[in-house]
Amino acid sequence: MSMSAERVASETETGQEGGTDETRIPGRWSVVLGTMLRQRRVLVGLAVLLLLVAAAWIGPLLSPWGFEERDYASFLRPPSPEHWLGTDNTGRDLYIITLVGLQKSIIIGLLVAVITTAVAAVVGAFAGYFLNLTDKVLMWVTDLALVLPSFLILAILFPAIRDSGWIVFVLLLAAFGWMITAKMVRGMTISLKEREYVYAARYMGVSPVRIIFRHIIPNMSSLLIVDATINVSSAIIAETSLSYFGFGVQAPDVSLGTLIALGSRQAVTHPWTFVFCTGLLIVLVMAVNLIGEGLRDALDPQSKSRRA
Amino acid sequence: MFLVRRLANYVVLIFLATTFAYLLAATTLDPRANYAEMRPQPSEEQVDARLDELNLNDKTPLAERYAYWVGDIATGDFGLSVRGTSVNEEMARRVGVSLRLILFGTVIGATSGILVGAYGAVKQYRFFDRASTGAAFFVLSVPAVVIAISLQVIAVWINEATGVRIFQYAGEYTTGLDAGFWGRLGNRIQHAVLPTLALAIGQFAAFSRYQRNMMLDVLGSDFVRTAMAKGLTRRRAFFKHALRTALIPTVTYFTFVFGIMLAGTTFTEKIYGWNGMGSWVIDSIVTNDVNAVAAVSCFMAICVMAASFFSDILYAWLDPRVRVS
Repeated sequence: MSMSAERVASETETGQEGGTDETRIPGRWSVVLGTMLRQRRVLVGLAVLLLLVAAAWIGPLLSPWGFEERDYASFLRPPSPEHWLGTDNTGRDLYIITLVGLQKSIIIGLLVAVITTAVAAVVGAFAGYFLNLTDKVLMWVTDLALVLPSFLILAILFPAIRDSGWIVFVLLLAAFGWMITAKMVRGMTISLKEREYVYAARYMGVSPVRIIFRHIIPNMSSLLIVDATINVSSAIIAETSLSYFGFGVQAPDVSLGTLIALGSRQAVTHPWTFVFCTGLLIVLVMAVNLIGEGLRDALDPQSKSRRA
Repeated sequence: MFLVRRLANYVVLIFLATTFAYLLAATTLDPRANYAEMRPQPSEEQVDARLDELNLNDKTPLAERYAYWVGDIATGDFGLSVRGTSVNEEMARRVGVSLRLILFGTVIGATSGILVGAYGAVKQYRFFDRASTGAAFFVLSVPAVVIAISLQVIAVWINEATGVRIFQYAGEYTTGLDAGFWGRLGNRIQHAVLPTLALAIGQFAAFSRYQRNMMLDVLGSDFVRTAMAKGLTRRRAFFKHALRTALIPTVTYFTFVFGIMLAGTTFTEKIYGWNGMGSWVIDSIVTNDVNAVAAVSCFMAICVMAASFFSDILYAWLDPRVRVS
C-alpha cells in the first residue's frame, strides 16, 4: 500500500517538474492494469465475459423473432432452423428469451456488485477512520445485518416490491452483501490512517471526509476491485436462486433464474428448455470467477492461492 | 468476563434480528388471505375470532400483537402457526429433518474434500492436483440450485432409462409404506441419496480447495522440513506433522459451515421436498405464517452466532498460537 502511495507521490512530482521526463514512473492505475493483463486467467475470463456480453446485446438482433413474439404454430419444439434453440410452452423463441435473460443477469450482477462494494468501502472506511462511537454504531449495524437472514427478508419483502421493477430488487440484493467486505475495509483503514501521507493531509487541514475519499479509499483499490469481481458472481447466483423460487425477477422480465425455473420442470422431456440457460449461467459465473481469482493473485500480496 | 459480554451482545443481536423479522412479517404478510379461498366461506367474525386466537389479527394494533408475542417469547414460546399448531413443536420436528439431511451431506463432502485437497497439495501441479482444482473451481461456479436440479434431472433420466425407480426425489420417505424396519430404512436411504449428494458435492469443492491451501502453507514450513531432516519418511512427516496442523483451520471451518447449513439448505430441501428448517423459510412465507417466520429468523440468527462463536472457541482450543489474551 505504501509502495503505491509513494509511486503516486513521485508521479505528481515528475509531473510538476515539467512532465517531459521520458522515464515516467507509471501511475497506480497503469500498474494495476499491467498486472491484471499479465494473468492468463484474467485474460481468458475477460474474453469469455466480453463474448457473453456481445452475445447478450448483439445476439437478439440476429434473430427473426422478437422478445414478445409468440409462435402459436409451435409449442415446446426442439431446436430447428426456424427456432435456433427451440420454443417453450407458450411458443416463445428460446434463443431470444435466453439472451435477454442473460442481459438481465449480467446487468443485475454488475450493478449489485458495484453498489455492494461502494457501500462496504464507505461504511468500513468511516468506521475505521473515526473509530469510537461511529465505529461502534456502524459495526453494530453490520453485525445486525449479518445476523438477519437475507434470503428470508428478501422473500418477505417480495410482495411489497413486486410491482416496483427489478431496480428495487437490485438495491435489496446489495443491501445484504456488504457486511463482510465492510469489516475487511475497516481493518485496513485502521492501519492506513497511521501512514505519513494521511498525517500530512490531516495537518494541512484537509477535512476527514475528504481524506477518506481522496487518500484512504483509493489506496485500497486493489482489495475493492477484487472484492467487486467476486461480488458479481455471488450476486448472479443470489439472483438466480431467488428468481428460481419466484421471489426475484418477475414476468414480463426474464432472467436466467426464471428460465431455469421454467426449464427444470420439463428438463427430461424437453431438455432444450433447461440445458441452454443453465449452461450459459455456469459459463457466466465461471468467467467472472476466473477474473476474480486471477485479480486476487495479481493484486493482493497476501493472497496465498498458488494455482497453476 | 469478556465471554459473558460477548454472549450478552449476541443475545441482544438475536433478539433484535427476530423482532425485525417479526415486525416485517406482521406488516407485509396477510394471514387473512388464507381464509379467502376457503369453502364454505367463513364469516368475517369467525375469521376474526380465529385470527385473534392465533395473535395474527391485522385489526389489532401492531404494538399490541407485538407485546403479546414478546410476552410469549420471554417464556420460550414462539406462538401458534396459521394452522393452530405449536410453532415450537414444528420447529423441533424440522430441526430433526434438517439434521438428518446435512449430517451425512456435510460429513461426506468435507471428508472427501479434505482427502482430495491434502493429496492434491502433496502432488502440487501434477495431474491429480490440476484435475481436482479444476473440478472444484467448476463446482464452485455452479449455484446450489442448479446442482440440485441437475442431479434430479439426471436421476429422472436414469429411472426412465432403466425402467426401475432407483432414485426417489420427492420427500423424505414414502408415506404409508408397509415394509417392515429394513424396508422403511431402505426407502429412506433411497430418498436421501440425491439430496445428500447435492449437498456433498458443494461441500467437497469448498473443502478440497480450503484444505489444499492450508496444506500448501504448512508443507513449506520449517517444522515439516525438520521432521524430514531428522529422518522421518515423507509419508510420516506429512501425516504426523503436516496434515495434523493443516487440519486445525479446516475443523473450525467445518464447525462454522455446519452451523450455517442447519437453516441454510433452503434450496436443496425445497427442491427435494424435505420439510426441514430450510424449506420452512419458504413455506412460512407462502402460507403467511408470521409466527413461523419469526421463529425461523430467530433460529437462523442463533445458528450464525453459535457457528462463529464455537468455531472461534474451537480454534483457540486447538491452536495454542491463537490464544493471545
